[in-house]
Amino acid sequence: MVENKTYIQSFCTIQNNEIILEGASIFKLEPTLFSDFSKKAYQNFEMNYPKFFKMDSLSKLAFLGAELLLKNENSESKENNTALLFANNSSSLDTDVKYQNSISDPENYFPSPAVFVYTLPNICLGEISIRHQLKSENSFFIFETFNPVFMANYAKILLNSNKAEKVLCGWVEYYDEEYKAFLYLVAKEGNLEHKIETLLTEYNK
Amino acid sequence: MQKEVFITETNCITPIGFDVATNIQNIVGSVSGIQWHQNTDLMKMPFYASIINDEALNSAFAKISTAEKYTRLEKMMILALQPIVEKSKLDERTGFILSTTKGNITALENPSSDNFQQAHLGHLAKNVADFFGFATEPIVVSNACVSGILAVSIAKRLIQGEMFDNVFIIAGDEVSEFVLSGFNSFQAMSDSPCRPYSKNRNGVTLGEATAAVLVSSDKENAKIKVIGDGSINDANHISGPSRTGEGLFRSIESALAEAKINANQIDYISAHGTATPFNDEMEAIAFNRLGLENVPVNSLKGFYGHTLGASGLLETVIGIESVLESKLFVSLGFDEMGVSQPINIIEKNENKNMNYFLKTASGFGGCNTAVLFEKGR
Repeated sequence: MVENKTYIQSFCTIQNNEIILEGASIFKLEPTLFSDFSKKAYQNFEMNYPKFFKMDSLSKLAFLGAELLLKNENSESKENNTALLFANNSSSLDTDVKYQNSISDPENYFPSPAVFVYTLPNICLGEISIRHQLKSENSFFIFETFNPVFMANYAKILLNSNKAEKVLCGWVEYYDEEYKAFLYLVAKEGNLEHKIETLLTEYNK
Repeated sequence: MQKEVFITETNCITPIGFDVATNIQNIVGSVSGIQWHQNTDLMKMPFYASIINDEALNSAFAKISTAEKYTRLEKMMILALQPIVEKSKLDERTGFILSTTKGNITALENPSSDNFQQAHLGHLAKNVADFFGFATEPIVVSNACVSGILAVSIAKRLIQGEMFDNVFIIAGDEVSEFVLSGFNSFQAMSDSPCRPYSKNRNGVTLGEATAAVLVSSDKENAKIKVIGDGSINDANHISGPSRTGEGLFRSIESALAEAKINANQIDYISAHGTATPFNDEMEAIAFNRLGLENVPVNSLKGFYGHTLGASGLLETVIGIESVLESKLFVSLGFDEMGVSQPINIIEKNENKNMNYFLKTASGFGGCNTAVLFEKGR
């Protein structure tokens, strides 16, 4: 395969009640619950997408990051072939545990389809795809920790094989109020070269 | 020029056989794994499902290991991989992909910190990988019901991207109270063995299985060549398919473009066919949009039920045998046409020479995958 250079066009981190875009803090709250933090971030950036409130925490986290990186990408006239390549450690376990609790007690058995649907990690990709009308390649992976080698390789494969024009990559980890999202948009043009060391440095900041 | 990629080994563990040959024998004889179960640990009401017998599983596992630490799903996965891994050397050029939707989700039934760890998909992958001694970090794919076939596409891409020379894939899921109650809450469970594409179909029958393949750049021992793939989202709804089959349509288009073949060259489609009203209708629409309405098509859900993250790979393993043996297998459970667009359902086993085979799947989150295969000459 021809090795063409690829570039990171934009990136953001969400953790500890703070959103950092391209290294600059753009939204920060005093310690609070994720439900409160995510709602205020949604309001602050005037996202205007009521479906947001039906999502589970993992989807909200992924959605917020994608919103910041894709808002300038959408065009009315042209389809946007941006692939989604996401991963985390805990899959959808946060919602899995909530769902399991709804069926464990025979006295209080109340399985809900609205909860069950979020017991799959790739649902957050569906949410982002719907919001940004991305009829594009998407896949969700599980690793022990952020795996920049795999992510960089797979993103390059998608671009170099012309399966996608850009790739939105994301590490979106959420379990029981512990969370971290690191999202970045990779393309064939740009200024910041898409390198494993750069990804690790930005991830660890 | 992209590197050529092949599937060189296959195996599966299912309720109708613990190797490929036994599965094929049972499919030829129209023996289904779906049975009526009365097991209140799984569901209060009796239900249809395709479930592996515990005694048979344990006695097969005892022949390869005396270890007692493995979960039921881990045993199923290790058994599927064992005969194909033992022939190979495992080095840093050998990748390992594990595909599942819910893994060891049953571990959550009895809350403890150990059990919580066990429910992590990475933990499952490590347990299976360590049994064989893989030298590379497991890659877990969890993309709802396309996971199994998506893993084939990923393996091919990683080999073409020079990350690996060989990739072992294991795909598996288990019938659990968690999944049964969830599908039931969607009112998506059939009250009889599922009937894909039939007029009176009314939902899925769940099943469990594992399937394993070796994907390789080495042509020797090739069973079939992987020639194109696509995994494109509907961008329409998280719990229902697109009415127009957009994502599936585009996934197949993407696979065809890469393979540089026309839709009319496809000889056989192993489709998803879950037997829910919306899924089967969506597939019929997508196939028609591509001019695939006359291509023989089956769903193997009538034999195995819906095995979630295993289904795409299991059905690929059986599809490869179809091509190699030049036999089209009956789409079990089909009676009267129940989709609005014409499709060519395989109603009885028949002989047919095949060169190109298409496998498709679709799932929650709006995901779809299509992979095209070509018979070796």
